[in-house]
Amino acid sequence: MSATQWPLYEVFIRSKGGLDHKHVGSVHATDANMAIEHARDVYTRRMEGVSIWVVPSASIVASDPQEAGSLFEPARDKVYRHPTFYEIPEEVKNL
Amino acid sequence: MTGAPPVSASVSDAVRLDYVLRLGDTSLILAQRLGEWVGHAPALEEDLGLGNLALDFLGQARLLLSLAGRIEGRDRSEDDLAFLRDGGEFRNFTLVEQPNGDFGQTIVRQFFIDAYQVALFGALSASRDADLAAIAAKALKEAQYHHRFSSHWLLRLGDGTEESHRRTQAAVDWLMRFTPELFEADDIDRQTCAAGISPDLAALSAAWHQDVARILKEATLSMPKAERGAPVGKRGDHSEYLGYVLAEMQFMQRAYPGASW
Repeated sequence: MSATQWPLYEVFIRSKGGLDHKHVGSVHATDANMAIEHARDVYTRRMEGVSIWVVPSASIVASDPQEAGSLFEPARDKVYRHPTFYEIPEEVKNL
Repeated sequence: MTGAPPVSASVSDAVRLDYVLRLGDTSLILAQRLGEWVGHAPALEEDLGLGNLALDFLGQARLLLSLAGRIEGRDRSEDDLAFLRDGGEFRNFTLVEQPNGDFGQTIVRQFFIDAYQVALFGALSASRDADLAAIAAKALKEAQYHHRFSSHWLLRLGDGTEESHRRTQAAVDWLMRFTPELFEADDIDRQTCAAGISPDLAALSAAWHQDVARILKEATLSMPKAERGAPVGKRGDHSEYLGYVLAEMQFMQRAYPGASW
């Protein structure tokens, strides 16, 4: 972090009760209170949310894009992990 | 209204109009001042934050000036009242027409008004004037957020660096002189209070001073004594700054009457 930039926070907004918080972007702020206020001012001006989470970006541990091959490709040929091989009885609707 | 003297009289439309203009003009002029920050704030997030504040105050002004137009009964719209009155006809507090100064001065001005509005709208939402009560109930939620925003900033600036403390204290020392006007009851205040329309200013003053003293202390700032003698905007007696605010705000409608888009 440079001396002239405030720390970065990731912003998560819950659009309505019962739904998940979704990542919407990030804000700069000097503390957690300011991050909430900035998130409110930047990301909920058009009634986008009913709840805000902010997380210091530095606290997020991310997977390394270089390792994407070893992390994700082994799943590619394992279609049997999808639950699509079951016979569904006629009587069951809406599945 | 709770805490107010028993209702003893109803007031004339002229008195009610004057009271509503005080509230509406205060919100309008502050909206215009805050709008000056757009594109100039210290960070993108603050730019939006101050712009949001400005829009909240503009929303209050629209409701209040529309109500004023209806009370007046001369078929003047909110726009007519905002853009076609001259300085002496404005009834806003002198505090809100003061220049933005640095960010600290803007925050101090904002906090003084937010502390006032939280107390005012809380009381006013129980007003016997149903129109004012409805506007106050809506505006109270905005004011509570504004108070959170400005008091948090005051803590950061006051209890921040040596420079931010010095500048913020200077703003407190300068702006405090414009605050007695908020609580000095004149004829309009006394009549509307007696009619159960407006809250008792002595109670409002006590709540404001307690709130401001608490936040200033936490922000390691000292509370100066308010000097008397500043112009009293709510009676149409303004500082030199209002004219410049109006010149910019009203230019378009004065130069191109009726222009719209």
